[in-house]
Amino acid sequence: MAIISRGFAGRRSAAEAKLPPGQYLTTDFPVLSAGPTPHVSLDRWEFTIDDGSNVLKRWDWKSFRELLSESITVDIHCVTRWSKLGTSWEGVSLDVLLADVRTELPYAMFRSYGDYTTNLPLKDVMNKQAWIAFKFNGADLEPEHGGPARLLVPHLYLWKSAKWVKGMTLMPHDKPGFWESLGYHIYGDPWQEQRYSGE
Amino acid sequence: MNASMNYLDGNAAAGELSTIFVADITSAEGQCANCGGKKPFAEAHLYMQCPGLVARCALCGHVLLRFANVQGRVFLDLRGMTYLSVDAAPQ
Repeated sequence: MAIISRGFAGRRSAAEAKLPPGQYLTTDFPVLSAGPTPHVSLDRWEFTIDDGSNVLKRWDWKSFRELLSESITVDIHCVTRWSKLGTSWEGVSLDVLLADVRTELPYAMFRSYGDYTTNLPLKDVMNKQAWIAFKFNGADLEPEHGGPARLLVPHLYLWKSAKWVKGMTLMPHDKPGFWESLGYHIYGDPWQEQRYSGE
Repeated sequence: MNASMNYLDGNAAAGELSTIFVADITSAEGQCANCGGKKPFAEAHLYMQCPGLVARCALCGHVLLRFANVQGRVFLDLRGMTYLSVDAAPQ
């Protein structure tokens, strides 16, 4: 008769215990993309904040990199069910970018080179919850992973962390972005397993 | 801005799209709503490494078709095409 120790049958590891429901752990960094990888030259890169009518703030790469940045270590969770723990980034907090923006508009649509979009409540990108990241593991962010700069919103599924981000439009009402308009959840909290619309 | 290519051709969409179309979609022709180009769907650039399936115009890169199978419910967005022409089923 086989001897099976109690600890051998189904007890989750410490790493697995940190995973949202339905996720599995990976040490790779899978590349998911809905289009060709844009290679954005730094002399043409810009990030803008607008209210749908007027550009409120604009940075080119030089002025963006002069902003206060910080190191971030976070877990990331993809809706395709992989999670990666303890990822290290450097980026500029949205708190810094929004510091001088006075608005009552409660939602934002983030826009990317390559025409990807994703929607977020403004409160979800403030108070140390979101960054425009430009380094991963100490190196310049590779284009395949969203370089030169991507949004990083680690408390939501990774499709919200728009690669190749180039701007955000403030909105009075929530509006679905690229995947949110194709059956994916409008908010996307991995801990509530909000993968699909209606969940 | 230039772009890296990491796509398949439109033939790779045949399996997924057979959940909707009776006709073989890969033998279809479509017109891009952005550039007006008319091409066999089989020549579209297909991106499948994402939460759904995205077909882009081989000429201008515009999204032609988006497809997602979400818990057994299929979502299809054809706004990127002016038309899609397929062989009619035999009577």
